[in-house]
Amino acid sequence: MAKEKSTKVTPDMTMYQVKKTNPVVRVLIYIGLIFWLFINLFPIYWMFTFSLKNNEEIFGENIIGLPKHWLWSNYAKAMGSGDMFNYFKNSIIVAVATIIITTIAALMATYAITRLSWKGSKLTNSFFMLGLTIPMHAAIIPIYIQLSRMHLLDSYIALIVPYSAFSLAMAILICTGFMVDIPKDLDEAAHIDGCGVWGIFFRIIVPLMRPALSTIGIYTFLQCWNELMFASIFNSKSTYKTLPSGIQELSGRYTTEWGPIGAALAVATFPTLIVYIFLSRKIQESFIAGAVKG
Amino acid sequence: MKKSTKNRINVFLFLLPALILFIGVLIAPLFLSAEYSFFNMKSYGPRTFIGLQNYKELFTSKSIDFFGALKNAILLAAFSVFIQLPLSLGLALMLGKGIKGERVFLSVYFLPVLISTVIIGQLFIKIYNPDYGILNVALRSMGFEQLGQLQWLGKKDLAVGAVFVPTLWQYVGYHMLLMYAGVKGVSPELREAAMLDGATDGQVNRYIVIPIIKPILKVSVIFAITGSLKAYDLIHVLTDKGASHLVEVPSTLMINMLFTRNRFGMGSAIAVMLIILCFFFALVVNRVFKEED
Repeated sequence: MAKEKSTKVTPDMTMYQVKKTNPVVRVLIYIGLIFWLFINLFPIYWMFTFSLKNNEEIFGENIIGLPKHWLWSNYAKAMGSGDMFNYFKNSIIVAVATIIITTIAALMATYAITRLSWKGSKLTNSFFMLGLTIPMHAAIIPIYIQLSRMHLLDSYIALIVPYSAFSLAMAILICTGFMVDIPKDLDEAAHIDGCGVWGIFFRIIVPLMRPALSTIGIYTFLQCWNELMFASIFNSKSTYKTLPSGIQELSGRYTTEWGPIGAALAVATFPTLIVYIFLSRKIQESFIAGAVKG
Repeated sequence: MKKSTKNRINVFLFLLPALILFIGVLIAPLFLSAEYSFFNMKSYGPRTFIGLQNYKELFTSKSIDFFGALKNAILLAAFSVFIQLPLSLGLALMLGKGIKGERVFLSVYFLPVLISTVIIGQLFIKIYNPDYGILNVALRSMGFEQLGQLQWLGKKDLAVGAVFVPTLWQYVGYHMLLMYAGVKGVSPELREAAMLDGATDGQVNRYIVIPIIKPILKVSVIFAITGSLKAYDLIHVLTDKGASHLVEVPSTLMINMLFTRNRFGMGSAIAVMLIILCFFFALVVNRVFKEED
C-alpha cells in the first residue's frame, strides 16, 4: 500500500528510484506467513474433525482427513449429562456480573479521578494502577480463607467479586483513556444549566462513554471466561464450575474415548469463534488499548 | 466552605465502590499474604508465629526445591523472550508493511489468544499422545521411528519444552498484535523517505520501525517474563492436574502446598516470593530498556 502512494507524492520525486521489495523476498514472506497460518489453524481443524470421529478413525484409519462417518453422537454424549450446559450457564452468569460490577465501579472512579478537582486524584490513580502488576497469586490464600470462613466457597460470588477486583485496574485505565477525550466544556455548560456532579455523570459522561464500555466488556469477558486458577480452587463442586474447570473435570471422565472430549472442547470453543468472526476488529482493538496504554 | 465539603463527599462516594473492591480483594489480601508467610498455619484452626522459618525452609529444603521451580519458570521466560517474541516481531513487521490479505493473517494469528488455555492444554495432551497423537504419528510417517515413540509429557527434560510449545502457539499472536499496532503507527511518509534514500526493507525495520516501537517491545518483554513467572493453567492441565510433578513452577508449588499439604504459611511465602520476583523483573526490564537509549 505504501509503495503505490509513493509514486504520486510529488513530481520531482520521480527522479529517484524507490527500492521495490525483492520478488524472491516477497515470495518467501508469503511462504512464511502461510506456513504460520497453517500451524495456527491445523490443531483447531484437527480438534473439530476428531470430535466427529470414532476411535478407529482417530487412532489409525483416518487420522487427519475429514470424518468418514460424521459421528454427531459424540456431541450428544458430551452434552448428554447436562454438565456442559451447566458450565456454560455458570460462565455466562459470572462473566456478565463481573462486567457489570467492574464497569460501574470503574466509570465512577474514573469520573472522580479525571473530572472532579481535588487533591490526591493523581495519587489515587497510581494507587489503582498498582493492580496492573499485582498477580492474582498474591491474593489467593487470604481470599480462600475468607471465603471459607464466610461459607462462600462454591458460589457465584466466590468468583464474581475477585474477578471484578482484578479487572478493575485495566478498566479504569481504559476508561481514563476515553474520558479525557470528552471536552470539559460539556461539564461546565451542564453545570451552568444547574446540573450537579451526579447529573453530569449520568446524563453526559455515561452516554458518551459507550465506546469504552465495549472495550472494557470484551477485555473483562475474556479475562474471566478463560480463568482457571481461582475457578478451580474456589469452586470445586460441579454445580458452580465454569467452563475451564468444568472441561478439566469432564475430560477426566472420558480418558479413552477421544470423540466426546473433542466434542466438549469444540462446543466450548464455538461461541468464542463466532463472536470473534463478527467482532474481530473490535476485539483486537480492546487488547491493544489494554496493553499499549499500560 | 460548605461547598468544598460537599465536593469531598461526592469524590468519596464516586470512589467508594472501586475502593471497596480494590482494597478488600487486592490490597488487604496482599498484606495478609505477607503476614501469613510468617506463620505455621492451616486453612483453619490455630496458628503459630515462626518468623522467617518458612522462607528459610523454602530456600534450603530439597523436597520443596523452590530453585528448581524457579529455574523452570526462568527457562520458560527465556524461551518466551528469545523465541516467541522474535517470531512475533517478525510476523508484525511482515504484516505491518502492508501486504495482501493482511487482515486475514492478522485475525487468524490472533485467534488462539481467545481460546481458553484449558482447551488448548487438553488439545495438546491429545497431540502429544505417545501412540495416537498427531505429533508422533507425523514423526513416524516421516521415518523418525525413535523420535516418534517419545512420551513428550513423560520425562522431566522433555516436558518443559512440551509445555512451552503450546504457550508459544497461543501467545505469539498476542505479542504480534501489540507490535503490529506499533508498526502501523509508524508514519508512511517516514518509511517512504527512507526508501527513497535507498534503504532496504531490512534497514527500514532496523533503523526506523524497531526504535519507534521500543516502548511496545518493552511491554511485551515484561508481559512475557512476568507471565512465565506466574504460569499456571497450561502446566496444571498438561501435568495431569499437577499430579505428575514433571514441570514444577512456583505457582504449582504454591497450590501444592495449599491443597495437598495444607501448609498455608508456606504457600503464602511462595506467593510473596512471586510478587517480589514479578516486580523485580519488571524493574530490571525497565532499566535495561532505559540504558539502551
